[in-house]
Amino acid sequence: MNGPARTTETTPSLDRETIAQFGPHLAYAKDDRLDSGVEPDKYVKTHCCFCGQQCGMQLKVKDNLVIGVEPWYEFPFNKGMMCPKGIKRYLQQAHPDRLLHAYEKDTASPGGFKTMAYDAAIRKTAGEIERIQATYGHDAFALLSGASLTTEKTYLMGKFAHMCLRTANIDYNGRLCMVSAGAGNKKAFGIDRAANPWDDILGADVILVSGANIAECAPITTNYVWQAREQGAKVIVVDPRITPIARTCDLFLPVKPGRDTALFNGILQLMIEHDWIDQQFIANHTVGFDAVAAEVREWTPQRTAEVTGIAVKSIEQAAEWWGTAKTSFLCHARGLEHHSHGVQNVMSAINIVLASGRIGRPNCGYATITGQGNGQGGREHGQKCDQLPGGRDLANPEHREYVAGVWGMDPADLPQPGVDAYEIIRKIDRGEIKGLLSLCFNPVVSLPDNNFVRQALEKLEYYAVIDFFMSESARYATVVLPGSLQEEDEGTVTQTEGRVIRINKAVECPGEARPDWQIIQDIAKALGREQGLTFASPGEMFEELRLASKGGIADYSGISYERIEKNFGVFWPCPSEVPDGVAMPGPQGTPRLFEPGSWNPVAKGAGPFYFPDGKARLNVTAYVGPAEDVDEEFPIILTTGRVVSQFLSGNQTRRIGPLVDHCPEPRIEMHPRLATRLGITDGDWATAESRRGNCTLRASVVTTIRPDTVFIPYHWAGRKSANQLTISAQDPISKIPEYKVCAVRVRKADAPPAYADSIEPQQ
Amino acid sequence: MPVPDALEFFIDPGRCIGCQACIQACTECDTHKGQSMIQLDYVDRAHSTQTVPVVCLHCDSPTCAEVCPADAIKRTEDGIVHTARKPRCIACNNCVLACPFGVPKMQTEMNLMMKCDMCYDRTSVGLKPWCASACPSQALAFGTREEMARLRPHAKPVNTFQFGMQTIRTKVNIMVPRDSAVEIVDVTAAIHEPTIGHEMLDDVFEPGPDRGDA
Repeated sequence: MNGPARTTETTPSLDRETIAQFGPHLAYAKDDRLDSGVEPDKYVKTHCCFCGQQCGMQLKVKDNLVIGVEPWYEFPFNKGMMCPKGIKRYLQQAHPDRLLHAYEKDTASPGGFKTMAYDAAIRKTAGEIERIQATYGHDAFALLSGASLTTEKTYLMGKFAHMCLRTANIDYNGRLCMVSAGAGNKKAFGIDRAANPWDDILGADVILVSGANIAECAPITTNYVWQAREQGAKVIVVDPRITPIARTCDLFLPVKPGRDTALFNGILQLMIEHDWIDQQFIANHTVGFDAVAAEVREWTPQRTAEVTGIAVKSIEQAAEWWGTAKTSFLCHARGLEHHSHGVQNVMSAINIVLASGRIGRPNCGYATITGQGNGQGGREHGQKCDQLPGGRDLANPEHREYVAGVWGMDPADLPQPGVDAYEIIRKIDRGEIKGLLSLCFNPVVSLPDNNFVRQALEKLEYYAVIDFFMSESARYATVVLPGSLQEEDEGTVTQTEGRVIRINKAVECPGEARPDWQIIQDIAKALGREQGLTFASPGEMFEELRLASKGGIADYSGISYERIEKNFGVFWPCPSEVPDGVAMPGPQGTPRLFEPGSWNPVAKGAGPFYFPDGKARLNVTAYVGPAEDVDEEFPIILTTGRVVSQFLSGNQTRRIGPLVDHCPEPRIEMHPRLATRLGITDGDWATAESRRGNCTLRASVVTTIRPDTVFIPYHWAGRKSANQLTISAQDPISKIPEYKVCAVRVRKADAPPAYADSIEPQQ
Repeated sequence: MPVPDALEFFIDPGRCIGCQACIQACTECDTHKGQSMIQLDYVDRAHSTQTVPVVCLHCDSPTCAEVCPADAIKRTEDGIVHTARKPRCIACNNCVLACPFGVPKMQTEMNLMMKCDMCYDRTSVGLKPWCASACPSQALAFGTREEMARLRPHAKPVNTFQFGMQTIRTKVNIMVPRDSAVEIVDVTAAIHEPTIGHEMLDDVFEPGPDRGDA
């Protein structure tokens, strides 16, 4: 016995009261949003508030109400296409659950909170920051931020932490999303950005999709992949489930969760054995091939098949197609990255790209598909625990000096690197962090082993949340400050291709709500530490960001709002100055990285990759299994992910009626072979249990999943949350949690769960 | 303004990812806001993620209009078959039962048959319909025949369908694999069924000479 799972709360009555008061309730179109023939006052060209594709769209606005959306056909990435979330995103604005005031915890009030004057909430927050930092030290107050924010806000959050609060402890929810890809890319290429624009997918001979449920998580990319297939591309999909993009692929590799490195090592071994590698490219443009070749030698097709659970002939076919292709595109997402060895997985995938020599040319590409709206820009400019703007490092003395110079402060006063988001929670649990401010982060739903997260949050002396809705995490707050929706503010984001685009404001904040950056600056002012935090607009922040990023790897210095608008976005790097004899980037910046002869500030002309010698790195990727493998007691693999109609922790999408109607509740997906053994039929209540928690949901019995694996989507809260079960094991380099593998046991439920009759599906 | 002849609608079920963007988009159509006229179903979810979207195929000789006792369903000269006219529709359900594709929907609270009108407010001014604008995999697409031939070299558009003895030609095309013959499975060829025994329905299944447009 490995110790009993911790008991979990069963929707205590206060929770139900909070739900009654603050939702999530469902919004549907009515009045001006439903009537035909209503002429909007204006159409605002902007982008979706959800995923990293950042589809261009127009918001129809009438009387400070977003009454609908209209395709923006000219925007080149999506040409008017939108997924269901984009079409219905307007229902989040003027929502009945929208926070119009500040709130403070008051157990005597209905829902556990009472309204509070905005100024009082700011004063209280500043006072508590002052008290906690004076009593326990600067680092005892932490910040959690997010990658759905504009780049301007992420820049401000980093500056607020490092210059105003001087706390080392700021991190962001991209820690749960993009960091394995980022670390792997930096180790292999020296830069963390998709190497190619999506147009390079069209015309590729072979497209390898690894751990990316493209049709549900990045729907617009489906059209790129399938258009390439119309033109003759072969599509290979690696996934434990036959997702909609896998349904018609040319080769499906049903990898056992957590074994991806073994697969790519096996493919590389076959490429080397058959000389399906580009020896000239390897010799001229890479370092480390021999060590990698030695490492993968033992990965015979037979051994690869035994570890990955993929048939030998499929592995051989994949290696042959990939090895002999003239052009190719490899893309991956969280399926490859959400592992305690996520960086290894990413580097093993990059190894087969580098060995093929197919990068830096038209139709020869590689990319990670970003998850959050600003998954790219949000990880570049200083809200990561070890980072300064421009992709600079907080631990690097030259970088500290440059940024401190821009900010007008002594570099010695900048804190040293802090810890990752989950470690911040552990530090709260251990009493080392006493105060927390979170913005754009819903840890109670989104972090793994969230029963532990809840316990930790209850130990805080002070917790301030900035949000537009009372998220499940905000219920743990001392004070909630009413922030802004994406459509209530302006700025830039950087979408999945590395294209910097404009978010335009459509409506004003309602009630006492403010743009998030004003709230942060109001706190700084109340602290009497407003130096450097007196921006009058996001445009002013962007101008300073240009300077702060100048000369860094993520160089935005040549980008302006005007240039973005004129060119449907600008791809970074886009420096404002380059040395004599080096060509300036074109009007669209740098759509494709690593082109032969290209210049960058690290290699300085030595080669196209971002290392002093200009060469890419093949990294040795020894296979390591998941942190928690199955055993007799917990014999089934649990993997988690998304559905198309919901987004992340659901704080927004679980309030949009038509999206909830599409998929009201999570189900446990399992193969009929497993279901039969467990005596479960489709639609039955089933209980999944791990060493950390349990969850009772209806079963969905389908042949489109490996029989040794069950799948639960993670967008729901409380007793429906998949993250009650997941493990907080993290990658040692990227610190990403292992959402994609843990061990569970599953049985038919004794009875319907208590929540079935007491709360609505989305609650 | 009529829908331009050169622009056609194509359904390509092989591309459908079941995301329901079309359904959400359809509810934004200004001619029937809040209601989706699209049917999207899993074929057999237990064994596949395959889904199939169905919009109105806009028949040359619309069965729905032919069976309408109140002459409420009109087909405009550009080939679009419209929602029943409110003053005429008697909510008898004939069209709902007769349509071979299962398209018309009876809105009982309004006593009105409603159906896809290919976003007439958009297509009649040169815009794409909502669903084909949004569809992320372009399983629903709107453009010229030449464009489709160029973009989808392995498929071909089909717009003739056989239901029993009834041959139906439609304005909307369904994309099928280019190299395989289009098989028309005529069930009635193999069953003993001289007539159904009901005059009106018999007539529907007759290959009927020149009924002309309604």
